[in-house]
Amino acid sequence: MTLTPEQSFVRRVAVQCTLNGQPTEFLAAPYLSLLETLRETLGLTGTKEGCNDGNCGACTVNVNGRIVDACLMLGVEAEGKTIETIEGVAPAGGLHPLQQAFLEEAALQCGICTPGFLVSAKALLEAEPDASEQRIRLWLAGNLCRCTGYDKIIRAVEKARDQTK
Amino acid sequence: MHPYQYIPATNITEAVSMLARYGHRARIMAGGTDLLVQLRGERYELDAVVDAKAIPELMELTLDGGLTIGAAVPCYQVYEDGAIVAAFPGIIDAASLIGGIQIQSRASLGGNLCNATPSADGICPLIVYSGVVTLTGVEGTRTMPVEEFATGPGRNALGHGEMLIKIHLPKPVDHFGAAYQRFIPRNEMDIAVAGVASAVTLDASGEKIESARIALAAVGPIPIFAKQASDSLAGQPATEESFAKAGEIASTEASPISDMRGTIEQRLHLVGVLTRRTLAQAVQRARGNA
Repeated sequence: MTLTPEQSFVRRVAVQCTLNGQPTEFLAAPYLSLLETLRETLGLTGTKEGCNDGNCGACTVNVNGRIVDACLMLGVEAEGKTIETIEGVAPAGGLHPLQQAFLEEAALQCGICTPGFLVSAKALLEAEPDASEQRIRLWLAGNLCRCTGYDKIIRAVEKARDQTK
Repeated sequence: MHPYQYIPATNITEAVSMLARYGHRARIMAGGTDLLVQLRGERYELDAVVDAKAIPELMELTLDGGLTIGAAVPCYQVYEDGAIVAAFPGIIDAASLIGGIQIQSRASLGGNLCNATPSADGICPLIVYSGVVTLTGVEGTRTMPVEEFATGPGRNALGHGEMLIKIHLPKPVDHFGAAYQRFIPRNEMDIAVAGVASAVTLDASGEKIESARIALAAVGPIPIFAKQASDSLAGQPATEESFAKAGEIASTEASPISDMRGTIEQRLHLVGVLTRRTLAQAVQRARGNA
């Protein structure tokens, strides 16, 4: 990212948070979103930029147990928070049941929306292990996919739900 | 994005003094779900963003018969509170359909009010519950009814150096019920083509309307308190015929435009339909609230 002369003069803010289980410190420019901070300051490019205005959910991350669009939160707001991105979803050396189910059900094509869907669905199944199909569809309404037509994604989430119950 | 200072305020005095110092070059941020989109779209430039989420008064959520909602309380806190769901279902109708789950994690009813878009889902329910807002500025604190707060598309009654602190809804009386519904072409995640909130107070028999309040979204420059339609219901039987008549009057109080979301004709039609439906739902809720 190229900074304008004005931007390069704004004071950066020291931020401490827990990121994917690790205590993390970084300097955040206050005009950068959490999405930009993750991707460009911290090098975590698994979180995708789709619309960059809160419609598509491709940048969904988990902040203190709630899913949020990382494009609609500032990097400086990470101070003191516990954040999980797609990089924190898989256990060491394996895949999360949701990731495995997405592979088996072919619940992705281009893949841009996938990290957001996984982070959203994981939060749902953790809060509501018995979530119905209708509940899954409602919960995932803030995640858009332009490839799959959604049914495969819903089937994958239901499969992961049934396997982890 | 134009560079700005990020100021995490911890009390009202500090936030107000920042607003006074920077004037229109500063804004309060609650959830930021509108603010950051507007900044990125370069609708305006700011020199200071004052984060209000660490100010205790703006995060207050108190149900004590009435309901006090701090200006920065995110929607999910409102709809995940079972006691609030039971006592203020007409507010929950809106809080649970603004954006998706991600947006509801951050967006506040106070922010919805301050952004003052005509299509805001959160404002009309606050109007029909007779909500009162508290505003604090350098010159002190004042209150006003919610229906006077929005003054134009994206404009509100806040003066220089003034901020919204909280919204207070009085305790609903016996036989009171309220509901909000909107029309959108999709199932979720869309902006209202038209929306209507209705509230009724019934007599003890549950058959007659003593008083009503109706408010209309996305059919004028601001969320509209439909006073004539509201007043027309006083003393009327709680029947489909009364609801339909109120819907006809409400559509005369709307002044919609035609745009990408809908035409004037469609919106006027929707006001009638949604007024009827929300009155019926409000009456049903009122009968369960003896």
